[in-house]
Amino acid sequence: MMPRSGTRGSGAARLAREMACTALLAGAVAMTLPPTSAYSQGWEPTKPIQFVIPAGTGGGADQMARFIQGLVAKNGLTKQPLITFNKGGGAGAEGFLEVKKAAGDPHIIIITLSNLFTTPYATGVPFGWQDMTPVAMLALDQFILWVNAETPYKTAKDYIEAVKAGDDKTFKMGGTGSKQEDQIITVALEKLTAPKKFTYVPYAGGGAVAVQLVGKHVNSTVNNPIEAVSQWKAGALRPLCLFDVKRSIYTGKVTADMAWSDIPTCKESGVDTEYQMLRGIFMAPGVKPEHVAFYVDLFKKVIATDDWKKFMEEGAFNQTFMTGDEFKTWVAANDKLHYDLMKEAGFLAPGK
Amino acid sequence: MDDVASLIGGFKVALSWYNLALMMVGILLGVIIGVLPGLGGANGVAILLPLTFTMPPTSAIIMLSCIYWGALFGGAITSILFNIPGEPWSVATTFDGHPLAQQGRADEALTAAFTSSFVGALVAVILITFLAPLIAKFALQFGPAEFFSVYFLTFASFVGMGRGSPFKVLASMCLGFALGAVGLDKVTGTLRMTFGQEQLLVGFDFLVAVIGLFGIGEILSSMESGLKFSGTHATIRLGAVLLTWKKLTQYWVTSIRSCIVGCWMGITPGGATPASFMSYGLAKRFSKRGNNFGKGELEGVVAPETAAHAAGTSALLPMLTLGIPGSPTAAVLLGGLLIWGLQPGPMLFIEQKEFVWGLIASMYLGNIAGLIVVLTCVPLFAAILRVPFSVIAPCILVICAVGAYTVHNSMFDVWMMMVFGVMGYAFNKLGYPLPPLVLAIVLGDRAEESFRQAMLGSQGSLAIFWSNWLVGTIMTLGTILLLWPIFTWLSGKRRSATSEPMPAAAGAAAVDRQP
Repeated sequence: MMPRSGTRGSGAARLAREMACTALLAGAVAMTLPPTSAYSQGWEPTKPIQFVIPAGTGGGADQMARFIQGLVAKNGLTKQPLITFNKGGGAGAEGFLEVKKAAGDPHIIIITLSNLFTTPYATGVPFGWQDMTPVAMLALDQFILWVNAETPYKTAKDYIEAVKAGDDKTFKMGGTGSKQEDQIITVALEKLTAPKKFTYVPYAGGGAVAVQLVGKHVNSTVNNPIEAVSQWKAGALRPLCLFDVKRSIYTGKVTADMAWSDIPTCKESGVDTEYQMLRGIFMAPGVKPEHVAFYVDLFKKVIATDDWKKFMEEGAFNQTFMTGDEFKTWVAANDKLHYDLMKEAGFLAPGK
Repeated sequence: MDDVASLIGGFKVALSWYNLALMMVGILLGVIIGVLPGLGGANGVAILLPLTFTMPPTSAIIMLSCIYWGALFGGAITSILFNIPGEPWSVATTFDGHPLAQQGRADEALTAAFTSSFVGALVAVILITFLAPLIAKFALQFGPAEFFSVYFLTFASFVGMGRGSPFKVLASMCLGFALGAVGLDKVTGTLRMTFGQEQLLVGFDFLVAVIGLFGIGEILSSMESGLKFSGTHATIRLGAVLLTWKKLTQYWVTSIRSCIVGCWMGITPGGATPASFMSYGLAKRFSKRGNNFGKGELEGVVAPETAAHAAGTSALLPMLTLGIPGSPTAAVLLGGLLIWGLQPGPMLFIEQKEFVWGLIASMYLGNIAGLIVVLTCVPLFAAILRVPFSVIAPCILVICAVGAYTVHNSMFDVWMMMVFGVMGYAFNKLGYPLPPLVLAIVLGDRAEESFRQAMLGSQGSLAIFWSNWLVGTIMTLGTILLLWPIFTWLSGKRRSATSEPMPAAAGAAAVDRQP
């Protein structure tokens, strides 16, 4: 129960160093800031920083935000405390609208999940990523196709074949929320099971979804790794495939005989679907470059800690750090991707 | 026994002077947090979490769980004294707790509430200690149909308990359902009844409604009846605690029933709020003095408090063993502990034995320490009512407004609280009962969500509610409870049996006949 730190594999350390370097470079090139804006001279918060979580307690975004809050406090990275607020009402619209309205206020930041893109399209609530100031991408969260360990499906192909062979809508896919990432992935999978469809059952949070799968109330889920890892360790769930182009980089054993890197990609198992979720930080619109610089610097310090690296490994995150224009370009492209996926699935609100 | 040895190990760690001092600090902070409506345990723990990072992990856990206990105890104080429940599960405590305070028996009500919370929590902790691995799996049985059946049972045990006309109960409950439905529909992901207003996106928070309906409504009523509280004539009785304990012994049946209801609702992750309502409903139905409930019966305080705390505590079990947070506070508590590399879930008991047993030991100690602290303060709390109305009413108003604002950090909620306050006053004047309204706001959309999830899964067949022994038993039990008033009504008025039955029961009877 003591903080575990120190001993890192040299591979991971080198990778982290490399990533930090690329990130620094990217940051330096992309942020069109005066090179003199060092931390000591730059702007610093003058009152507690509000850290908005556009989701309820216990989910992936909540876990990460609270972890960051603890990390910042423990390492004394800011002089003013970071205080988290859950504002998950209206599928996160509550939190995003709050940040949108706080124009020019440098003391409010928000952590995002895919509802940054999906909520405005699905509900028509007027906000978008353009209404906020992008700060940094902290990581990309993965999705894995999970089934109950007591079922006979060993590969994603087995499972897809079974859905195809079964009656229409008999297979239940559990997921978080409606018309959000989990359901988008389900719709993508239905291209492969056509003409058979899943029955998508929406739940309030990822932890609950994993437990529903353990209790066999649904047949499969597309939980994030961190939401299902403890059930996997306990032998209750089985991962079938990872919705990414390449396998996870984490080779440490999670269960007795498997590491994250042993989970095949969905493409490898003949299921050509890919999806990742942004875990990024945004600020209110109209903030000054030195405000953004402060937070970019802060989060660089956060991702350099050993605790963060351990957290990344535990949740099998794709560690990609981006800031500035590079991040902005990525967000714009991802926004377009969500629009297309949701249009195809028929999830757009009227008028969108 | 392995467990006992581990527990003693946990006690050894917890019982140092440093940790004992932290316990006291934690309890006091917790009580303050619990007293301020809106701040709530979850926010309080989140704000105070960084304080603990400089401590050794075990001390941090002890302090945090003591804050949690303190907040649980504290919630009862405002419910009883001012009719303002700070947490959803304190609502049922106001039904009899506040009338007692108005009769000048606030000290008795407080003692009963604290003692019952202690008993409920203690029973649940013992359950966790010895039966954790055995019953942990039970929560896995709970799919959408089972969740709905539990909510159904809660509503069923509550229907027909209002003293007024059943039509008024129904009207009040339906208004609650309508208010609860505002906001995002989680099943289809579309907005309902928001009329394009951004403020309505998040729906009506229970807390805002309750602070308004009960707290503000109460102040309005007090103003009308002469600008003073009706409990002021109470003398401060130092022996009140012992006096009340003597009375409490006669409610042992209620206590045991409430413990069972609470533990059951906590383990099957139904939660503390349904547990408190259900327990109150059952106590009213089975008590010899059931008709007196709502006018100031100690038993009406014992039942919901015992059940709520038994449920709140045993809810930690699915949390620890399955990783489902039982309550937001518990989620923040353990979420914060991620910093020590702890991942709640089935492996916690195996990988982090020391932490788990430290936590369980601190639950025993925190609960005992909490009881001692709050009981010694009973005369002090009760004396608050002796402060002149003109001084305390503005304070309550400010605290209410702050509480409502804190829910979403929005001024809109403060205005809504005022509107609810006027509504609460009007409801009282017109004889419409408030409890069904509140119950519907709290549990309505959860019940709806699990009903529709179940319907999605069964492709629209209602047979899913009788598809296995568990859900079937709960549904049948709920149906019987729901129809009970009709049976008694029919046997009383055999002559007029052909006339129209009560509408509340008629709807449920239709559901019942399906399979």
